[in-house]
Amino acid sequence: MSTPSRKDPLSRQDIAHLARLARLAVTDEELDLFAGQLEAVLDAVAHVGQADVEDVPPTTHAVPMTNVMRPDVARPSLPREVVLAGAPAAEDDRIRVPRILGEEA
Amino acid sequence: MSIPVSTDVTSMTVDQIQAALADGATAVDITQAYLDRIASADGELGAYLHVDPEAAVAVADAIDAAGTRGTGLNGVPVALKDVVVTEGVPTTSGSRILEGWRPPYDATVAARLKAAGTVLLGKTNMDEFAMGSSTENSAYRITRNPWDPDRIPGGSSGGSSAAVAAGLAPWAIGTDTGGSIRQPAALTGLVGHKPTYGSVSRYGLIAFSSSLDQAGPMARTVLDAALLHEAIGGHDALDSTSIDAPVPVLAECARRGAAGDLSGIRVGVVRELGGEGHTDGYEDGVLSRVAEATALLEGMGAEVRVVSCPAFDLALAAYYLIAPSEASSNLARFDGVRYGLRVGDDGSRDLDEVMALTREQGFGAEVKRRIILGTYALSSGYYEAYYGQAQKVRTLISRDFSAAFADVDVLVSPTTPTVAFPLGARTGDPLAMYAADLCTLPASLAGLPAISVPCGLSEGLPVGLQIMAPALADDRCYQVAAALEAAQDDARGHRFLDQLSRRAATPEGAA
Repeated sequence: MSTPSRKDPLSRQDIAHLARLARLAVTDEELDLFAGQLEAVLDAVAHVGQADVEDVPPTTHAVPMTNVMRPDVARPSLPREVVLAGAPAAEDDRIRVPRILGEEA
Repeated sequence: MSIPVSTDVTSMTVDQIQAALADGATAVDITQAYLDRIASADGELGAYLHVDPEAAVAVADAIDAAGTRGTGLNGVPVALKDVVVTEGVPTTSGSRILEGWRPPYDATVAARLKAAGTVLLGKTNMDEFAMGSSTENSAYRITRNPWDPDRIPGGSSGGSSAAVAAGLAPWAIGTDTGGSIRQPAALTGLVGHKPTYGSVSRYGLIAFSSSLDQAGPMARTVLDAALLHEAIGGHDALDSTSIDAPVPVLAECARRGAAGDLSGIRVGVVRELGGEGHTDGYEDGVLSRVAEATALLEGMGAEVRVVSCPAFDLALAAYYLIAPSEASSNLARFDGVRYGLRVGDDGSRDLDEVMALTREQGFGAEVKRRIILGTYALSSGYYEAYYGQAQKVRTLISRDFSAAFADVDVLVSPTTPTVAFPLGARTGDPLAMYAADLCTLPASLAGLPAISVPCGLSEGLPVGLQIMAPALADDRCYQVAAALEAAQDDARGHRFLDQLSRRAATPEGAA
């Protein structure tokens, strides 16, 4: 995507690019619908820019805590057959996945 | 006060059910009463996504056999929002992408309720991945409001709110990211509490926005909500954001509050949430009920003043950047590989294509919108202007709370600007839907406890008062809410929800 300022409208092409990044095979109808809706939402959320935030630190988390540690003790994992039973495809006691490389790769 | 005790199990409060169990009623009888009500009413109401009557009766039977009923929560039925992972029990988070999935483990909330001897009635409907304020984003069905079947029950915990209000469960677990416990509770006449962030385990809640998500109770009375909160609260080593503090004492605070003495309690009315100059979008009836409730608190000795929290005006903008950003990351786990749906895996497509087709088919429109928005807000070149800026606004909101709580003990506002709106009224307009969260978002962003308690009717529909407190001071929410509830029950002569059962007794009755 190009790097326009916030004032630039969110185009159909932008939505298509973002959907690709997010692994969503959106339809043409959805692109039309989302472009308008997201433009309106973006206008609304852009109000955060009105705040004077000079010297204001960001809040990443409501409760200030870091690096919660526990003893490094081995615990049993979930049973293999239980996990595989929930997978969409399994083969030879493993989760089967589609090929990772495309034809052109 | 004297409450007319109904012999109908499904209109009892949990403390009445506990008394009945101690008095000889069996857990099977109690459970069966709810299952019968579900069987007769849920086809129309749409509160549940999954009910397994045989499993529920088997659990109840085991409790009867063990002889523990009537102690603690043994034998008391409960419903769980479908975002709570339950071992062997279908869990979808309202999404097609998890259709048919039976989790291999229990969420801590589910495990604690199981260990306490409660009986799981079923899993309740919700907006897909808890994204919504009306439950209309559920991939499976709509849920109707028991007060008016043509209106929404709130969301995203709308299955839980409808189930409890209509007597299809004595109480239920909801989750709240931006208001999803409080808003549906307000719109259906329940008590709903969002606990302090980190005080109830998130382990096994299907994550939406991890820095905001929190599970909590939805109940018919303040005391019931407090009892359920106590049962699920407390430190959990399996949640790294869990606060290592003792389980809070809440039921006692609710009982104390019900005595009606609020002298010494300082109440701040938040100007930015429906106050002077900030009434756009708020219904007059809602503001009137809230003003009357505030006057009632004053009449019980509370010291009431108006406080200003200017950064709250930006809460909606900050929330709808932070929550979608975190969601776009959290929902990356739904990749069609390890669990749930997989689409297009016919040997001709690679993993990326299968993933994109799976997510396209498995997610609904609102989830896609938020993933795309979050992806945008986090993308390079925009990160600082959107996500980074929103996090700084979050700091400003917390500072406004801190300044306010230097002068008052609790803050109050409407829970949501309107009464329940008609089904379909806002589904085409995401921003109109988001406006339902206006009042609940500040406490979410600051991680603070907040309760919604019924404070009257407008146009014949419930209105909720929100009471917010400092972190870990959940007890104040319960105390003030209980005082208001008791005073209004006394004036009315019966409980808030009794108005609904009386109405339902007429031929025009809902659900």
